[in-house]
Amino acid sequence: MNATLNRRDFIKVSSLAGSGLVLGFYLPSKENESLFAEPLTDFSPNAFVKIDPTGTVTISVAKSEMGQGVRTSLPMIVAEELEADWSKVKIEQADAHPTKYGSQGTGGSFSVRGSWQMLRQAGATAREMLLTAAAQSWNADRSSCRAEKGFVVHSSGKKLSYGDLADAAGKLPVPTSVQLKDNKDFKILGKAIPKVDTPEKVNGSAMFGSDVRVKGMLFSSIEKCPVFGGKVKSFDAAKAKAVSGVKDVVNLENGVAVVATSTYAAFKGREALSITWDEGQWANQKSESIKKMFEDAVKQRGSVEDYDGDAEGAFASAATKVEAVYEVPFAAHATMEPMNCTAHVQSDRCEIWAPTQSPQGAQNEAARILGLPLDKITVHVTLLGGGFGRRLQSDYVQDAVKVSKAVNAPVQVMWKREDDMQHDWYRPATYNLMRGGLDKNGSPVAWLHRVAGPSSRGLVVGGSTPQYKIPNFMIDSHIKETGVPIGAWRSVGPSQNGWVVESFIDELAHASKKDPYEFRRQLLTRSPRLKRALEVAAEKAGWGKPLPKGIGRGIAAVEGFGSSIAQVAEVSVQPDGTVKIHRIVAAVDCGPVVNPNTIEAQIESAVVYAMSASMKDEITIARGRVVQSNFHDYSMPMINEMPKVEVHIIPSTEAIGGIGEPGLPPFAPALCNAIFAATGKRIRRLPIRPEDLKKA
Amino acid sequence: MSSFTLTVNGKKHTVDVDPDTPLLWVLRDSIGLTGTKYGCGQGYCGSCTVHVDGEAIRSCTMAIESLSDKKVTTIEGLSPNSSHPIQQAWIAHDVPQCGYCQSGQIMAAAALLSEKPDPNDEDINASMNLICRCGTYNRIREAVHVASENMRKKELGQKGGK
Ligand code: FES
Ligand code: FES
Repeated sequence: MNATLNRRDFIKVSSLAGSGLVLGFYLPSKENESLFAEPLTDFSPNAFVKIDPTGTVTISVAKSEMGQGVRTSLPMIVAEELEADWSKVKIEQADAHPTKYGSQGTGGSFSVRGSWQMLRQAGATAREMLLTAAAQSWNADRSSCRAEKGFVVHSSGKKLSYGDLADAAGKLPVPTSVQLKDNKDFKILGKAIPKVDTPEKVNGSAMFGSDVRVKGMLFSSIEKCPVFGGKVKSFDAAKAKAVSGVKDVVNLENGVAVVATSTYAAFKGREALSITWDEGQWANQKSESIKKMFEDAVKQRGSVEDYDGDAEGAFASAATKVEAVYEVPFAAHATMEPMNCTAHVQSDRCEIWAPTQSPQGAQNEAARILGLPLDKITVHVTLLGGGFGRRLQSDYVQDAVKVSKAVNAPVQVMWKREDDMQHDWYRPATYNLMRGGLDKNGSPVAWLHRVAGPSSRGLVVGGSTPQYKIPNFMIDSHIKETGVPIGAWRSVGPSQNGWVVESFIDELAHASKKDPYEFRRQLLTRSPRLKRALEVAAEKAGWGKPLPKGIGRGIAAVEGFGSSIAQVAEVSVQPDGTVKIHRIVAAVDCGPVVNPNTIEAQIESAVVYAMSASMKDEITIARGRVVQSNFHDYSMPMINEMPKVEVHIIPSTEAIGGIGEPGLPPFAPALCNAIFAATGKRIRRLPIRPEDLKKA
Repeated sequence: MSSFTLTVNGKKHTVDVDPDTPLLWVLRDSIGLTGTKYGCGQGYCGSCTVHVDGEAIRSCTMAIESLSDKKVTTIEGLSPNSSHPIQQAWIAHDVPQCGYCQSGQIMAAAALLSEKPDPNDEDINASMNLICRCGTYNRIREAVHVASENMRKKELGQKGGK
């Protein structure tokens, strides 16, 4: 029984159970007084909104917070339509549920645009019901009432708070269609609102996955087969078990888990393991072989992905031909918080605390492993110490579920940084043969992009179709198995194809002796939105105005995730080949603006993420293993390298777009185009190496 | 295992761990202060930064046995109610994104200001060499400058009031 049991329920329970006994049990006491006071009930017309009789508005967030600000932006959308008082809104992170909230997967820069309509509807529905409840209680005409900052106000001036109205509104039927607000009447949306979870992130109280502490829990660290797809052949756990604090050692087949009373004891126990691996079919894989395979593949035409006209014919007869090869390495996500998960498996149920971008994926995986129905699997979503696509996978959830089941206790599995680096789902390495043809006036007539890459066509090919009006183009692909697991990496296909396309179009512009900005602008006839972003970026950056000696300027524009964005980079190159970025100017059209504060932060964040992938890092493979292991050999840009980033948000009536990823793809090409402008050297292989640019 | 006594945020704790256990894991697993984060375990990232006798150190590489008689301050003990000027500036500039690196960033910034109340950009570059994978660097820099300014203003105000 709980405190919201009302008199009617009480009577039902009493008559069912036989009055004497139940009455005896429920004899009025101080504690149970509320049971007899006809308690007021919460108003909760849908999965996202709850208003209690004290007026607290609780909004559920069903997407995962990983720094992109969804715990703030999604409730803002609900609160706007609800006409709530933002300062009184409480946020609740939703547990995984198969259907209640729609998809809880957090990726593709889809949280705001994918929830936009549904959340507005949720807020508007509640608002309409509160209005009706007020009108009824005043016996007034519905049209004489308006909702305002947590109150319904009558034209006479009298008002009732949402808390006062909650009980009555809860008894009304939920309307099936409601009027949404006009964008011009937005009061919360469009304002730079501080993120709701900032206060807890400055005093250590924020709860990330690795911060979960459950009574009686143990800590685990897993030695996985260093070779992709390899398995445990045999192992000796005696020494590991002798390490103080180690409780158990568990064979997971793809690795061996040490379970201990602390994380460090688990790490130490792991070092004492001796394991023989069956390294499997990829034991001899190496980066050189992968490159050779791609190189050989692009000698032939692959499967055609997209085309218009007769690109091969037009190229053959072009007045000017340009050919180039662009190479992109594998890249790791390296979220700041390494993968981890806490699980408590019991015979008939399982509770999970996971920093996951895929709560429903976690739930499904656990149900599959344990053979339990979904409703016996509770998944609590913690804060994520970075996601970037890595946490769409559920491998670390599987780890925790398996280990907890094996030792029959709550367990937190904590990956070491080295595990995280070497067992990622990497951004694919690709090899791109580019061919472009210009007619005698310097207009592009042919575009041929042949790409070779690993395992997944979507991840390799996505974002390769040029936005430019080129009468004949063709994209074809060779998808090869390499053994290297690949996955969604912040901005996915466009993360590499944006660089390839926007670098090569720059090569064509220079080959036609035209200004790279003007050249693009004239070819963007099919994409007015992208053209506008390009123009705004160029104008704000002062494109065409003279720069100090040694500084070069480059531009790039990429459409994706429902948004259009262009960036201008200003860079110089030192004699030793190091690149200094002086300024990045970005112009973005993401449709209606939810929170300019997070839009700016996300563009800046994407620039830094792109800096690491284009200027610093690559994942290489030797003996079937990832060579890099920690931040000394997969290094991150630091504060001293951080350029000034100017973000210009273009006022727009276009459909709402995403913002977590679009800032990334234009960065590398803008940078490399600027390097070309400064030095005459074209970068066609990432990451940029100082030796590529050193003065001879 | 051996027994060690250390003072964390003004409170004495006795823990039973191996002498080589890094302070980071003592804080997180033995004492239950999870605000200090594990990022790399090798001293590269700074997520685990705490103060030992007022100095910023990386707790993942400091063994518990080297800490007897030392005073440790973690993010939880930096100030009551997040009132430290650095925390206030962090809130005002909405610095954190995912937030995972921010305990370390804040502890490093607080140590910087106590050593150099008016740091220039070079000082910030040198002391704030911590990784933020979310790329909050520009806001960090801004917030450090603002915190330093606010501290100065407060001091002036206090002097003026006397
Ligand atoms: S965890 Fe200590 S420096 Fe990275
Ligand atoms: S805020 Fe995410 S790593 Fe710094």
